[in-house]
Amino acid sequence: MRTILFIIQKEFIQIFRNKGMLPILFVMPFIQLILLSYAADYEVKNIKLNIIDNDMSHASRLIVSKFQANKHFDIVHFGASAKQGFDDLNAGEADLFVHIPMGFEKKLIQEKDGSIQITADAVNGVKASIATGYAQNIIASFNKQFLKSLKHPVGMMPKPAIDVTYSNWYNPQLNYKNFMVPGILVMLVTMIGAFLSGMNIVKEKEDGTIEQLNVTPIKKYQFIIGKLTPFWILGMIILTIGLVIGKIIFAIPMVGSLGLIYGFTAIYLLLILGLGFFISTITTTQQQALFLAWFVLVIFILMSGLMTPIESMPKWAQVLTKFNPIAWFVEFNRRVLLKGSSFLDVKYFFFYIAIAAVVMNVAAVANYRKRA
Amino acid sequence: MDKPVIYSNDLTKNFGSFCAVNKICFEIKKGEIFGFLGANGAGKTTGIKMLTGLLTPSSGEARVAGFDVFTESEKIKKNIGYMSQKFSLYNDLTVNENIRFYAGVYGLSKKEIKIKKKELIAKLGLEDVQDTLAKELPLGWKQKLAFSIAIIHQPKVVFLDEPTGGVDPITRRQFWEMIFDASAAGITVLVTTHYMDEAEYCDRISIMVDGKIVALGTPKELKNQYNEEDMNSIFVKLARG
Amino acid sequence: MRKVFGAFVVKEIKHILRDVQTLIILIGMPIVLVILFGFAVKNEVNDAKIAIIDMAKDDLSLELTHQLSASNYFILSELPGSTNQIENIFRKGDAKMAIVFEPDFANKFYKDKKASMQLIADASDPNTANILLNYAQAIIRNFQNEKNKNAHVPYLINMETKMLYNPTLKSVVYFVPGIMTIILMLISAMMTSITIAKEKEKGTMEILLASPLNPSLIVIGKVAPYIILALFNAATIIALGIWIFDMPLVGSFGLLTGEILLFILASLSLGVFISTISQTQQVAMMISLMGLLLPSILLSGFIFPLESMPKVLQAIANIIPAKWFIQILRGIMVKGVGIDFLWKQTIVLAGMTLFFIAVSIKKFKIRLE
Repeated sequence: MRTILFIIQKEFIQIFRNKGMLPILFVMPFIQLILLSYAADYEVKNIKLNIIDNDMSHASRLIVSKFQANKHFDIVHFGASAKQGFDDLNAGEADLFVHIPMGFEKKLIQEKDGSIQITADAVNGVKASIATGYAQNIIASFNKQFLKSLKHPVGMMPKPAIDVTYSNWYNPQLNYKNFMVPGILVMLVTMIGAFLSGMNIVKEKEDGTIEQLNVTPIKKYQFIIGKLTPFWILGMIILTIGLVIGKIIFAIPMVGSLGLIYGFTAIYLLLILGLGFFISTITTTQQQALFLAWFVLVIFILMSGLMTPIESMPKWAQVLTKFNPIAWFVEFNRRVLLKGSSFLDVKYFFFYIAIAAVVMNVAAVANYRKRA
Repeated sequence: MDKPVIYSNDLTKNFGSFCAVNKICFEIKKGEIFGFLGANGAGKTTGIKMLTGLLTPSSGEARVAGFDVFTESEKIKKNIGYMSQKFSLYNDLTVNENIRFYAGVYGLSKKEIKIKKKELIAKLGLEDVQDTLAKELPLGWKQKLAFSIAIIHQPKVVFLDEPTGGVDPITRRQFWEMIFDASAAGITVLVTTHYMDEAEYCDRISIMVDGKIVALGTPKELKNQYNEEDMNSIFVKLARG
Repeated sequence: MRKVFGAFVVKEIKHILRDVQTLIILIGMPIVLVILFGFAVKNEVNDAKIAIIDMAKDDLSLELTHQLSASNYFILSELPGSTNQIENIFRKGDAKMAIVFEPDFANKFYKDKKASMQLIADASDPNTANILLNYAQAIIRNFQNEKNKNAHVPYLINMETKMLYNPTLKSVVYFVPGIMTIILMLISAMMTSITIAKEKEKGTMEILLASPLNPSLIVIGKVAPYIILALFNAATIIALGIWIFDMPLVGSFGLLTGEILLFILASLSLGVFISTISQTQQVAMMISLMGLLLPSILLSGFIFPLESMPKVLQAIANIIPAKWFIQILRGIMVKGVGIDFLWKQTIVLAGMTLFFIAVSIKKFKIRLE
């Protein structure tokens, strides 16, 4: 036991002595948490619109003003020609252009027919279809208004319609920050844990200090526990600060039990640190360890379901996410923080992560050999 | 007569088809300073690593401080000190912190650590730099500190793997004074070196060539045997084959 | 002098080649990542599990249910009897959306001309919820139009909607350039920052600095082999994008090559810059990983459109090199535009490169004097 305490003490001294590292551990994560939580949003806002009114009639002006008033659109140009519309799309100056052709109003009144062109930059398909949907709604609403204003309303039967109402549970305003803040926090804690532990043993290998430790009577388990504990404590502290930030700055609802989150993080960190140590034992330089850790983490992060839905992945990739601890944690947070799931609802999360943590650490200890 | 502190019989290490250490045999008595001489790659470091439990031998037998290197390496570790070519102080820890850490993992009590630390710092004259990071110490000081730390728990044996590489002759001489003190205190010293003048300081030496011990005895015996004036000539003679 | 420099570059290349393990990682990693992410990182949702609560169970509701489940977007997972069960289903994660038909759905549709249905999404993942609601609404709208096909309406404005560049709305077109950018940038920046920081830590940098070589030449010598490696990576990444993921390459190949080279230089010089501001390898690593990874993913327009972000973030995004290169890649590969549309992005990247190089050289000189 005393041996472990000596190792823990040494690790802490080394962490806090590295002045360049402190801001990276205690400032950068929180700046990122605060800033990046605002970044991730699939809601389509501020669509850059180029509207070309070649008709300049009462009707066309009314349509333009409707676009101006709509909160989804940001009119960047009142274009003169279709060519300019295409140029804007090419240059990325606009996402969408709406072209009202010359003689639009006249044709609508006289020929009871009219047409408007909507052209979207569809590189981002989802965004394009949502944006054109908004534009169509605006034109349709003009259309309705126009029909009503006719002196001789068209005598026709109303069409049967399905009235769709919708509601978003757990997060009625679709406040994506409720979702992103805990998610980004998990990623930051994971990265710090995995990188620090991943580079730790390998650094002692590179510096040659590991040989000295290996001829001391330190036992394997003492070594691993002594090395794990400081990073574990660090991870819990970062999590705590992050949750406080989430609560104060973002007012994240915490429906479920905070104890559940802590309990889960405690086990989760063991898994992540074990992963780091495992990487440390199979590499010989910090550079290799880092590349390997980065490789694993970038996969974990991009395939966690936080950035893009897991449902969009092909089946085999969905299976892979079962081996992705970040995906588990993201889902766990969602359930507990937002839906208020109880321990019984999420008990298999604990079970799964605990088993993974044991496997990872056993592998790391087995791989860490005091003698060759 | 006392049982030998280190005993090696036909100890061998193969790396694949390459035989790094080939059937070395020797016995080292308590308090003896035993030198391992040889060119780079002759197998000195591999030999030390097997005796300290860092490497598992391929065959043969060896006992250190009464324990078997195959089965009791953890017990050996309690009874030995080790200092390698890249003396393993933590560069980002201070002198004090390095001493405390190693004393701690060797199981010294709080009180012992305090006393030892004071003693050691006074002996090495490190009072002014005890809170300085190890990386800022001059090379010679680092070596002396690393050696003192390696014997802080008063082991039965201390293994020194090329401890004096790259330092000036005066510091080397001081370093050897420390080795003599340790030996006088009953610590057995096994030291590797390729400085032939240092060989003269050893009680007995063995010269290794290509993994084999080709000569073993006191410096005087060897000089008589090979009819040479100094160790250097003997070494050149043997190494050339 | 030139001879010395040549010898130095050869030393660096030998360094890299000797470390086979790292070399395999450096060449293999981008390939694995592009393939993995090319398939997995998408925002089209397929086969989302939905629960249908059909309180009508008439022809019309069954027909619509069938249309919903026949689409690629949804699969039916639960048919609970009442809305009370939705809570439970969501909590267990058995469905992402529930669809409720009111009783007497068909009658109300044909006779009252108005039938109601309710979509309830599990918005604990708001992005998916948003996408699913859009899909469902589109299917219902189509269904309704289908039923009204025969009623011709006068005065109806015809909306000609055209999806430019990506008419089939494939999401690879959107994501692959981002994937390429992120991988290329992080690998390039990471590699250089670490190698240089390593030499600094070990003290070998001082030996090099004491040599007759000019410090900027030393840096160039260290970076040169990585330019080759990064170019190789870029070529594999582009080739995979085109062959496996059917990325278009509409624009000029020459321009693409030039811009890639520019971006590689920008990333490598960023790496050099990081190494000059960090004292140890670990710090360099943490900056190039912790500091670059998430911002490059989130603030580059790779996944989340920049326009939707608060103005402050849009401003910050301007200092992310990935943002500019993603625009360039999309421009050349998908839109097929030339330098006349991309000059701004090109100038920004070139400016960043010069800035990083200038600052790094200055720092090196200070140390030398």
